[in-house]
Amino acid sequence: MEVIIIQKTLMYAVPLLIVALAGVFAERSGVINLALEGEMIFGAFCGAMVGSLLARKNSALLDKPQLIFVLLMLIAAVSGALFSLLLSYSAINLKADQTIGGTALNMLAPAIVNTIALAFFNQEKVVMPANFKSYAIKNPDVNPFLQIFIDKAYISTYIVIFVFIVLSIWMYKTKTGLRLRACGEHPQAAASAGISVYKMRYLGTTISGALAGLGGYVYIATTAGGAAESGVAGMGFLALAIMIFGNWNPLWIALGAMLFGFLKCVGAVSGLIPFLQSTGLPGYFYNIIPYFVVLVVLAFTNGKSGCPKAEGIPYDKGQR
Amino acid sequence: MKKQITSSLMSILVGLLAGFVVMMIIALASPDIAFYRVFKGMGLLISGPFNGTHIMTNVGNMIFKATPLIMCGLSVAIAFKTGLFNIGAAGQYLMGTLVSLSIVLNNDCTGKPAKGFFIWLLAVLCGMVAGGIWGCIPGFFKAIFGVNEVIVCIMTNWIAANITSWVFSAQKTIQATGKGGYLITTKATGNATPSLGLDKLFQGANIDLGIFIAVLIALLIHVILNKTTFGFELKSCGYNKDASKYSGMNEKRNIILSMAIAGALSGLGAALYYLNPGIEFNFNAAYMKLPDVGFNGIPVALLAASNPIGSIFSALFVRYINMGGEYMVSAGFNRYSADIIIALIIYFAGFTNLFSSILANINKKKAEKKAIAGENEKCVENGNEQSTENENEKNTENKCETVKEAE
Repeated sequence: MEVIIIQKTLMYAVPLLIVALAGVFAERSGVINLALEGEMIFGAFCGAMVGSLLARKNSALLDKPQLIFVLLMLIAAVSGALFSLLLSYSAINLKADQTIGGTALNMLAPAIVNTIALAFFNQEKVVMPANFKSYAIKNPDVNPFLQIFIDKAYISTYIVIFVFIVLSIWMYKTKTGLRLRACGEHPQAAASAGISVYKMRYLGTTISGALAGLGGYVYIATTAGGAAESGVAGMGFLALAIMIFGNWNPLWIALGAMLFGFLKCVGAVSGLIPFLQSTGLPGYFYNIIPYFVVLVVLAFTNGKSGCPKAEGIPYDKGQR
Repeated sequence: MKKQITSSLMSILVGLLAGFVVMMIIALASPDIAFYRVFKGMGLLISGPFNGTHIMTNVGNMIFKATPLIMCGLSVAIAFKTGLFNIGAAGQYLMGTLVSLSIVLNNDCTGKPAKGFFIWLLAVLCGMVAGGIWGCIPGFFKAIFGVNEVIVCIMTNWIAANITSWVFSAQKTIQATGKGGYLITTKATGNATPSLGLDKLFQGANIDLGIFIAVLIALLIHVILNKTTFGFELKSCGYNKDASKYSGMNEKRNIILSMAIAGALSGLGAALYYLNPGIEFNFNAAYMKLPDVGFNGIPVALLAASNPIGSIFSALFVRYINMGGEYMVSAGFNRYSADIIIALIIYFAGFTNLFSSILANINKKKAEKKAIAGENEKCVENGNEQSTENENEKNTENKCETVKEAE
């Protein structure tokens, strides 16, 4: 039982983790990325669409589900990045209100998904072949502790954790990472030090779009049963919340995502745990717990906010 | 004000044009749609509810569906004015639904119109209060603990969704028989929103008293924001919280009150929608998906530039285009094409800076033609009128610069 809970926790936490990091990249560069939800939907849809087209055209590929999994993750990341350019262009070049841009993208993504899916797949979703979402590793025989890591694990879990660590280090330990963060704190000062604020903000939002697209695909392939629809059950907004909860800091975000994933998983499997069942409370009660815990933690821990100072403010060269 | 309307109209126009291009791409990409149908589809979209044979019914339903959207738009708008982003309208809407429906459906008033009206009024007011209390939570967290309101709104949304499903699933007596997961409607309990005979005028549409309440509330919010000290304080907090505090305003109280009003508006919107006899509520699915109308309040407020009166028109416009989208099916497009166009319109609504610089360029050309002295006076006048609003201030500066250049 414990093993199942930890595995499920990872399943919930992994998409949240990577999408929350996506939010960090955009906001650290100074752009509020409210469009995480839209980018997730769009990335997931593009990945699933390519996946189901591949399956139709070339059935030989079906024998290599893990290769396909990685390929579709890449496609989702690229399409998420391309989609986020709409936001970057309006927010950076045209100095448009970033809330409006993000909201528009959140509306645009489901509309595009529904339109294309209905036109070419004759239903409002795209369902991938079953073995496109199979486990990379299955080792039911090892001892329970090892089972957590090497049994019923998706390849995406390892990739996401790897990408998360590498990008977090990159943002805090490299020159470019420092420059990116400088553009979110004080773009005018950054510009006076010879940094191109436009380029850095484009970099931040594009990485953000790519990670959100990737997270979207991971979500539909692992958690949502392999169907890309016009929604990801509010995961994008939840990731945004996890980002704020983690104070815009990758380490705290990782902890926040794990805690949230664990509580959400307990809610999902509450019907199977005898101890929780004996209380007589319905599943709704356990569903509320993760949100409630976040609120309580926020009320007690909110000290210094790590919110980038210049986020949401269009860069104006003249304001030095 | 005039500038806001112009840039909203421009974003609608550019959005429609971009949507036209998207439709062309769809037509070219899909073999089923002949190219000339793009024009037919666009015509159907722009005609909105005036397609088909039941024009009056369509218009009535359009207005009815706009009612909760107006309220959610107002809810987001008033929070925007105080510098807050109310992404929690969905949760406030659900709390309004929960309380108002629980009151009307548990009090059978069949055959007692006076009692029915009283219960209806009570339900509307309680729905409003419930939404208001739910809206207080993010306001309270923001004011007392300094927690970002966005995260609290998102959390409270999902808490509200689960509470709604939980409470309704426990009330077996008000669940519809034979239709799993749905509640009975006010048709069965005789305390629906009075329709004032509008359903006859609009030939069977759902339209009722609600729209008048929504319009009245919008006017009321307009007056509060623009003609009262309280409204001034709210806007002042939105522009600069610290300066407001320095000048002796209670900025914490203002934040909580602003969110409470925002929540009450969403809750009222829900009550006005679900107390209609023709609307069923699915409580079983409520905890899995938040109501769209809560999130659609955001674009409504944005398109209206957070103006309360503008919210009425932008909500009606969104429903108008939605209605047109339903009819686009006959031209081979699916109804989601309309959603793309609305999204594009919202996208372009963000480009007020670009549009105003285009407008400024046009003005520049005009200014070159006109006598410089006369234009200078106008510039001063504009400066006086609009000095309160940052955005406009910039534009006025642009204008002044334009005039100087022309000199």
